[in-house]
Amino acid sequence: MGFDWVYLIEVLVGGLMSGVMYSLVAIGFVLIYKSSGIFNFAQGTMLLFASLTLVKMTENNVDFWTALAVAMGIMVVFGILTERFVIRPLANQDLLALFMATVGLATFQEGFSQFMWDSDIHGLQLSKFLNLSLLEPVPIFVADHIAWLDILLPKFDIFASIVAGTMIVVLAFFFQKTRTGLSLRAVSDDHMAAMAVGIPLQKVWAIVWAVTGVIALVAGLLWAERISVSFTLIEAVMKALPVILIGGLTSIPGAIVGGLVIGVGEKLGEIYLAEHLGGQGVELWFAYFIALMFLVFRPAGMFGEKNIERV
Amino acid sequence: MIYRETGRFITNYLSDRQIFPLRFDKFAISVILLGMLLWFPTLSEYWLSAHIIPILAVGLATLGLNILTGLTGQLSLGTAGFMCVGAFATYNLMLRMPDWIMSLPFAIIISGVFAGILGVIFGLPSIRIKGFYLLVSTLAAQYFVWWFFNTYTYFLNYTPSGVVAIPPRFYDYFGLGELLGVNMADYPARFVLAFIICVAMTYFAKNLLRSNTGRNFMSVRDRDIAAGVIGIPVVKTKMLAFFISCFYCGVAGALYCFCYIGNVDLMIFEVDRSFTILFMLIIGGLGSISGSWLGAIFVYEFPIVFTAAGDYLFGGAFDTAIVENVSNMIYGIFIIALLIREPGGFAALWANTKQKLRMWPYPH
Repeated sequence: MGFDWVYLIEVLVGGLMSGVMYSLVAIGFVLIYKSSGIFNFAQGTMLLFASLTLVKMTENNVDFWTALAVAMGIMVVFGILTERFVIRPLANQDLLALFMATVGLATFQEGFSQFMWDSDIHGLQLSKFLNLSLLEPVPIFVADHIAWLDILLPKFDIFASIVAGTMIVVLAFFFQKTRTGLSLRAVSDDHMAAMAVGIPLQKVWAIVWAVTGVIALVAGLLWAERISVSFTLIEAVMKALPVILIGGLTSIPGAIVGGLVIGVGEKLGEIYLAEHLGGQGVELWFAYFIALMFLVFRPAGMFGEKNIERV
Repeated sequence: MIYRETGRFITNYLSDRQIFPLRFDKFAISVILLGMLLWFPTLSEYWLSAHIIPILAVGLATLGLNILTGLTGQLSLGTAGFMCVGAFATYNLMLRMPDWIMSLPFAIIISGVFAGILGVIFGLPSIRIKGFYLLVSTLAAQYFVWWFFNTYTYFLNYTPSGVVAIPPRFYDYFGLGELLGVNMADYPARFVLAFIICVAMTYFAKNLLRSNTGRNFMSVRDRDIAAGVIGIPVVKTKMLAFFISCFYCGVAGALYCFCYIGNVDLMIFEVDRSFTILFMLIIGGLGSISGSWLGAIFVYEFPIVFTAAGDYLFGGAFDTAIVENVSNMIYGIFIIALLIREPGGFAALWANTKQKLRMWPYPH
């Protein structure tokens, strides 16, 4: 038997799909970094908080769509409060201090969400709420006339990709076409200049944090479907780190492409490299190595803003 | 007033360059250090094992990270990985080298060199990658090291559980214990070892800060291109910073295993620990030696004190999970508040207090 090509393609597609999941988390990161230069470590706990809120509500017999709306509202309020009490007082501080503040925020949120709700592991069946049979794999016929080339793909992954795609389109529209989007782009270019032409910096930041909260909710729900709602959601952040670094911290398309690269690379590494290296778990560090390779050649990521350095 | 800064007359360059220019400082610090060295071993095992020795170990790691992040400006999240290398290297040196060659203090220092070399390897990308992007390199180190020791159990003497107890013969020191009539595997002896190493390395770090090398580090931190323009070897400086920093972390990891918990355990070197140590550094104050120690003491003791206070006030009326969550919340709020109030951390707070006391009672 030669090389199993179907298997390879299956691995590739599976990798692409998990890449989409990473991208979902990465987008939230990029939004905040782009608009305020803050490396937001609290993204993972925002995921946890959002999905936990929603799950607890549905468990108490709140209708799914109501719960979704309420959770969204809570995330928006949370984002605005974060801006008011954490980001605003720290404006113009050292970036490392801001990074640490978000780590503090993450610690707070971790305690808060588990204190408010609980620290059990919750299952979340999106499929039940959305009346979709999401988890059954469906065969996708890459090429109809080649009978052996049928590849199994969970419907849920397709659903996740559609959600991610929709989100990108909406965000792109929001950034390019609306007035708020315009001011967001201005702020991300230059804080001082944006303020000088009269863009309300604080309002813009509040919007960004609120939008990020909503993205965290969507990403949290999709992740929760895969790995259930629990503490482990926080680790999604560590998975998203190499993704945003590959893509470049300031680029939303970069987050998508980075996610796909990491997703595929990780799966390939786990399947074709692990046996030569003596064990499982290559996935753990392989993503970082891929990212490292990319960054050595392109130090600002694939689509990141090139930093022109002057003395 | 007992503490006076007057009466200091500098007559030559040597006295201008002293590490503690005030006689009072010199006196107080030697008395305090000597007092610690003599008094702490007499404390109960609980104090030594649960408070003092772990703080020494994590404080040293914080100091190491400070050299890299605080002095040289290279952000790192691989601290726990480098600590892990130190601990495992020490274990393997002790296990595989004949007893008459290897003794614990030597093994710890040599394992620091191993960690330092690994640090240089993972530091190489810092030539091109800067800022937050460098996180990827240090995180790669962290995950790779963890995976490596998890997969190749040879380095744990084929123990499947990932934890191996340290045999008492490792604390033999060529029979020194028998000579003195103390059990060198006990906590007091372990404390003395950790304390001496920590004091020596803190002294070295303090001097490094004031040396030409330290100034090179700082100029690379402030702007590496400008540093290059004025003739500082940027690459060499960065690599040196990685080496020294990881050397410190490796030694700290060895102390953590060999002086504190008494077994070599992979689980304690997960990425969370890297974050804790970065926390300690930021709370203590970047670039400050005393700040590293203050930050380590604070971050280590906070949850312990908080839980104890909760137990004392409410008599265990609450679940431990609730106490832990509330502790996390308060901790998070406190960090944010501290950063807002004083982004320079404890070191800056201390400097401000000192300045205020100096002016007191006249505020201007």
